Amino acid sequence: MNQENGDIVSPSPAIRLDGVSYRANHTDIIKKVSGQFPTGNITALIGPSGAGKTTLLKLCNGLISPVQGGIYIEGKRIEEQSPLSVRRHVGIVLQSSPMIQGTVQANLALPLQLRGKTLSEEQAIATMERVGLPTSLLTRDARELSGGQKQKVSIARTLLNESKILLLDEITASLDPSSLQEIEDLIVKLKDTEKITIVWITHNLEQANRIGEYFWVMVDGQLREVGTKEEIYASEDEDVKRFVKGVLS
Amino acid sequence: MSWMTLSLTLLFVFIPLLLSKTLNLGLERDTMVAALRSTIQLIAVGFVLKFVFDSEHPIFIILMVLLMIVAAVQNARHKGKAIKGITWKLFVTFVAIEVLTQTVLLGLHIVPATAQYIISLSGMVIGNSMVLAILFLNRFTAEVEAHRDESELILSLGGTPKQSINRQLLKSIQASMIPTIESQKTIGLVQLPGMMSGQIIAGADPIQAVQFQLLVVFLLLATAAMTSVLLGFLSYRSLFTERMQLLKIDLD
Repeated sequence: MNQENGDIVSPSPAIRLDGVSYRANHTDIIKKVSGQFPTGNITALIGPSGAGKTTLLKLCNGLISPVQGGIYIEGKRIEEQSPLSVRRHVGIVLQSSPMIQGTVQANLALPLQLRGKTLSEEQAIATMERVGLPTSLLTRDARELSGGQKQKVSIARTLLNESKILLLDEITASLDPSSLQEIEDLIVKLKDTEKITIVWITHNLEQANRIGEYFWVMVDGQLREVGTKEEIYASEDEDVKRFVKGVLS
Repeated sequence: MSWMTLSLTLLFVFIPLLLSKTLNLGLERDTMVAALRSTIQLIAVGFVLKFVFDSEHPIFIILMVLLMIVAAVQNARHKGKAIKGITWKLFVTFVAIEVLTQTVLLGLHIVPATAQYIISLSGMVIGNSMVLAILFLNRFTAEVEAHRDESELILSLGGTPKQSINRQLLKSIQASMIPTIESQKTIGLVQLPGMMSGQIIAGADPIQAVQFQLLVVFLLLATAAMTSVLLGFLSYRSLFTERMQLLKIDLD
């Protein structure tokens, strides 16, 4: 991988955006964003609130469509693929991802049910072990879990679609330090052992430094900087400098 | 009843006017408009019905029923303005229900095929269907917007539009049918239905009046179920784009 004119160039990016813009309620939320998320890496997507980061992830999962530009999933334009297959291939865990009514097992079964399949006992146990949750929680009411446990169930639920790309939106924002560490370890493990491409929105620059291999910095709907940690810290962009300085202080 | 006697019933209109004035409720104007409109509308309908009943021509019966459907669509469509194409969806729903109920009623010779029966029963069916449609649309759009997170979760996991709002759809169908079912549970105990009372006042045999009222009760139960289900399944897809994305619903 190398860098050309501020853009990271990967021979086969997991997701590539080409001049993507998005507008809602007469406001430009994403403004001509071009760039890519390299395959098999963790990209930390950072930037101040209101920068359009969550909107960008929803665009990549196909929950919304750009008003301009193209999004390519593993080289294929998103509009040329069925929305259902895009969403199963590019999983998303939103900060607001709710637990559906019922047990943890019912929540895990959801993605399979949507395809007319059922979750076997073995699959349920294996999935719980995969995300580091005790299997005794399977019969618990999902809405009564702790914040960290809920986020793990959300990740597990998405993984049951066998997603090869995982988009994470501030999933550790409200967690205690030990839960935060567990989720970070889990995501790194998924990337290392299952070769899942991760795009992780975080407000926490320290966390981005710990887990991110590549960085996207968005400000005001624009992609202002991409690159390694060092490149972000050395950015000449005033807004990026202000953001990095503000977060670190 | 003579027109002179009827005019005495205006005394009932003075009561709310007096109360509104005394308690500063500010409802005098609306009360006057309501009394005036109902008088003009009902008298006009009375003359139209007399003409249609006298002529017994099918075209006038169809026109009369169509007029009822158009008025019902006009009234209900505001509640579903967030749903694209709600006008024709309501129209299709009301027409389908009208055709189905009249086919059963006339086809099985349950009632005679005369203007008197067709128009009266159509009025009840379409009127009830309109109220149900308003209740359903109100609830459905509110439910979808209130559980947007849940719908987006299901969509994001690769669920179809139908799967993503199935719970809200069924809940709204259920909620809109409950008032009809509940009111029919107490029928005859708490209130005597308007049609039955009207027949009894006009001198009909109470048992005969009850028979007709039962017909109406069953008809309205069927109408309630059909309106919500038909409208629900016709409408839900319009809340999504072609790419299966949930549209923002304007509840104002």
